[in-house]
Amino acid sequence: MGGVSQLWLQAIEGTLILFFAGGAIALVLGVIVGAMRVSPVPIARAVGTVYVNWIRNTPLTLVMFFFAFCIPILLAQRFNALLPATIALGIYTATYVAETFRSGVNTVPVGQAEAARALGLTFGQVMSQVVMPQAFRSVVPPMMSVLIALLKNTTVAAGFSVLNLGSVTAYLSEHREATAGGNIFIAMFTGENQLMTLILIAAIFVVLVLLLAWLQRVLERKWRVER
Amino acid sequence: MSSVLYDVPGPRAVLRNRILGIVTILVVLALIGLTIWRLVATGQFTAQKWSIFSYTRIWTLLLEGLWHTLSAFIVAAIGALALGFILAVGRISDHAWLRVPVGWIVEILRAIPVLIFMMLMYFGLPVVGVRVTPYVAVVVALIAYNGSVLAEALRAGVESLPRGQKEAGYAIGLRKNGVVRLILLPQAVRAMMPVIISQLVVALKDTALGFIITFPELLYVIKLLGNQVPFGSPLVPAAIVGGSIYIALCLLLSYVAYLVEKRTRRSPKLRQPPRPLAGAGGDAATMTERIAVQRGTGKHDATSL
Repeated sequence: MGGVSQLWLQAIEGTLILFFAGGAIALVLGVIVGAMRVSPVPIARAVGTVYVNWIRNTPLTLVMFFFAFCIPILLAQRFNALLPATIALGIYTATYVAETFRSGVNTVPVGQAEAARALGLTFGQVMSQVVMPQAFRSVVPPMMSVLIALLKNTTVAAGFSVLNLGSVTAYLSEHREATAGGNIFIAMFTGENQLMTLILIAAIFVVLVLLLAWLQRVLERKWRVER
Repeated sequence: MSSVLYDVPGPRAVLRNRILGIVTILVVLALIGLTIWRLVATGQFTAQKWSIFSYTRIWTLLLEGLWHTLSAFIVAAIGALALGFILAVGRISDHAWLRVPVGWIVEILRAIPVLIFMMLMYFGLPVVGVRVTPYVAVVVALIAYNGSVLAEALRAGVESLPRGQKEAGYAIGLRKNGVVRLILLPQAVRAMMPVIISQLVVALKDTALGFIITFPELLYVIKLLGNQVPFGSPLVPAAIVGGSIYIALCLLLSYVAYLVEKRTRRSPKLRQPPRPLAGAGGDAATMTERIAVQRGTGKHDATSL
């Protein structure tokens, strides 16, 4: 039983690493790309648009496939399976972060930016003093939806030999001989019964997602912009 | 070129923008150059690696994979639309005994990752003696997930309608069935058309998850081709070819969504959203925003006061 609970802990750890590290990459890259898409530089806008449209129209499984199998060939190097999966998640989710960021900027009323410019503020000042503080508040709830999607997408890494909640059944079935048998609860944690294990994992995700959705509603109420 | 955020650039700004533009180009060129250098250095352009694509049998395999992807997508899309309508009708029902459980079903189906649902079907069900093919597992999981998302979209569409629509329906003597079927749903579908199509793009993309439960779709074929040792394991060429097919398919569908959105925005029958919405996006974020805007239109409309 010890080895099995260890496995569950490692699986949860894998999911959390994918979620937080992938999310960090996605947020940083996404804000950069989103800023490129609203910037006054035409070429930056074009590059941002191509990146967002192409990656968003690629299945995450394919992005991860590329990072897990092709990048090690191209760089002639072996990686720990977790690293390419995290980068793939980050690069894929960054497109959604960028779009959310951009639509957040778009929700700020035209008059706000116009008024700021009428006062003689520069582009940098308009963005940092007037537009972004307002955009941030309206962006938080949809950004939470992006994070919820990211959390669910961490399971895709299971197809690329990363130990996480999505792959725990596959690993558990190797531990099958450790089962005492009979007791359904022991069976559930040792992989005797794949159905129960998978239902348990689904339940964990439902709880986590509902938790995040609740947080989203709280933040939405707290930071609502009255217009 | 002007935007609310900045003026038409003056001479200094033009210079600065040009410098930033050149930096962007340099960074992009460096990335492309690095990729090409690595592709060449690791011998990805050798004739041996690409010769695999000169066989008719290989293209038949690829086409079979594409067909599996498309057939799973088409069945899942139709099923998801049907389920979406059923759940949406349940969700806007006047009876709490129907509305509340359907609401929970929608929330739960939306929260389960599609891959976990597929695994539940494919690895989990045999435990209770039900054996399904990977195809069924993929299709059912896609229907369950996308159906519940579409249900939410349709419900939001109905809620965004002015209350007068419903009242007028009752006033001309329609029953509840007629009001929902003839007045509310058609308008909701029309308002939510871009969201519906973008959700279908998501369904198309998610068929690629079937590769993990050994459904022989396009990505599965790509991996299969990539492992052919006689051709020097052409994993990278296979990924390039397959990836292009995927991107082309999804871009096509996204373009349809964009066209529909453009037409809807022009249509006089629909009220204009207060602000143009970003992108033809197929994600939860833009959908949330779109729904928020739709709701807003209903709320501040004179008819609902």
